[in-house]
Amino acid sequence: MSAVVLGIETSCDETGIGLVRIDEAGTATLLANEVASSVDEHARFGGVVPEVASRAHLQAMVPAVRRAMRTAGVRPRDVDAVAVTAGPGLTGALLVGVAAAKAYATAWDVPLYGVNHLAAHVAVDTLQHGPLPPALALLVSGGHSSLLDVPDLAGPVTPLGATIDDAAGEAFDKVARLLGLPFPGGPHIDRVAREGDGAAIAFPRGLTGPRDAPFDFSFSGLKTAVARHVEALERAGAPVPVADVAASFQEAVVDVLTAKAVRAARERGMDTLLLGGGVAANSRLRELAQERCDAAGLRLRVPRPGLCTDNGAMVAALGAHLLVNGAEPSPLELPADSGLPVTDVLVG
Amino acid sequence: MVSPGCDPKGLPAAPPEGARTLVGVLVLALDTATPAVTAGVVELTTAPSDPPTVRATRIAHDARKHAELLMPGVLAACAEAGVALTDLDAIVTGTGPGPFTGLRVGMVTAAALGDALDVPVHGVCSLDAIAVEAVEAPVTGNLLVLIDARRREVYWAAYDDQARRFDGPHVETPAALAARLPELGVGATAGGAAEVHAGLLGRPVLSPAAPSPAALVAVAADVLRSGAAPEPLQPLYLRRPDAVEPGARKRVSTG
Ligand SMILES: [Zn+2]
Repeated sequence: MSAVVLGIETSCDETGIGLVRIDEAGTATLLANEVASSVDEHARFGGVVPEVASRAHLQAMVPAVRRAMRTAGVRPRDVDAVAVTAGPGLTGALLVGVAAAKAYATAWDVPLYGVNHLAAHVAVDTLQHGPLPPALALLVSGGHSSLLDVPDLAGPVTPLGATIDDAAGEAFDKVARLLGLPFPGGPHIDRVAREGDGAAIAFPRGLTGPRDAPFDFSFSGLKTAVARHVEALERAGAPVPVADVAASFQEAVVDVLTAKAVRAARERGMDTLLLGGGVAANSRLRELAQERCDAAGLRLRVPRPGLCTDNGAMVAALGAHLLVNGAEPSPLELPADSGLPVTDVLVG
Repeated sequence: MVSPGCDPKGLPAAPPEGARTLVGVLVLALDTATPAVTAGVVELTTAPSDPPTVRATRIAHDARKHAELLMPGVLAACAEAGVALTDLDAIVTGTGPGPFTGLRVGMVTAAALGDALDVPVHGVCSLDAIAVEAVEAPVTGNLLVLIDARRREVYWAAYDDQARRFDGPHVETPAALAARLPELGVGATAGGAAEVHAGLLGRPVLSPAAPSPAALVAVAADVLRSGAAPEPLQPLYLRRPDAVEPGARKRVSTG
């Protein structure tokens, strides 16, 4: 006995359609993971334009579902549930996915699960590394930077901290622009930083003082410090050492992220740290997280980059776990909620 | 008499005694280009002279809840019509123009239903559907259809007395549109924004305010009867997305 779940993700600029099979023991297998990205259309604006993303979702939706079904060799009558990101995210973008999910679930007469995007980022790891023990999750992307206590995939999640200003990925984008690197900035900073010295410039570590919130993040001050540094050099007519600036900025970000994540895991008595979100594809973040987890005796789990960025497989994976746990499906009146709290794994 | 309800995967129940057999197509009509969230089941016979027959309609009014209300409305209309989703032969959806977020809800719903049910999806200009119903009233001169486009503008199109569109759709301020009325030969107006701007436009206001299921199907009647493959669905946005390319970098340092 097994079940197949279709997952739909449209919270930002990726139209993600995933198909996942789950067996009675709760082992989830990836069948298809189709992503149609509108990232190139946003590049010249230096950030995601909500209306551009929403338009792209409408165009991409049905073709992406068809491609996923074909890739997986799944027929409509094989699908046992439809899961969709109900929030958080861009309202107009979320609505395209939510409306499509309702139509597919209703036409196929299967349950609908409106799920939390952040919880889906956690659930996706089960597709690569198997069932997840209670874990501390660090989710970092262009849209979020959160520390979550996840005792169980289908159960409630406890948020421990989040960014108070820019998301980590946003800081990467802004610094990349400052350095004349293309959007999205993450991969470019990562690449350029490999040629630089991460200790070359002592950029500030936000919210690391003794009286600061232990598990919140702030990257706005760091971004400003990088800008000041670059401007000072330019004013003096000195060349900007792009690789050193990129490496030092990146080091400041991943230092804070990993230090807080490891500390949170120890305080909560967790022995597993999980990374997720687009920034989890950053090579220095993975490296430093591994170092610090080894030192702290923690197990580190990081999904491969294609599963870290926004995708439909993560939504299907969470939906599949909810289905085998006998969760009550969402009503057909399911709304999209741009500010859906992370405590709401499933929208009832 | 037992209503077969709207079990989407259930076998179609035996038709109630005395029910006549369909000789045409059963169409689901959707429109979300206006604050009206519209769904209806419409029967269209093969005889070109027959108007579409409405089997059931569900209209909800909430410009912020299109996605929440539409599928429940579809199911309620199916239930009242006594048909299952799997009984549908085709889907017709309004393609706007209309406020983008709401418009997309109807269009993606239609596209996904069409894919899941393996039936064709035909798009029609939402203003055309308003026009086709408005010209049922006697009109002297041409008809102007206008609906709210937000940002103090309206979406509009102009029609002759046979509801044939000869100008539009466009998006413009009501004042600019008012200045065009003589050249357009407008004798009457219709659509949700017609009543709002009646003082400015100075023409009689006809119903309807929004596309009805029967009117949507009427606009698509010829292509539905011909069995021709639908054109790709194209939303009528009429505006570029709001986005500005970043200019020169802003300095953070002072002095
Ligand atoms: Zn994400």
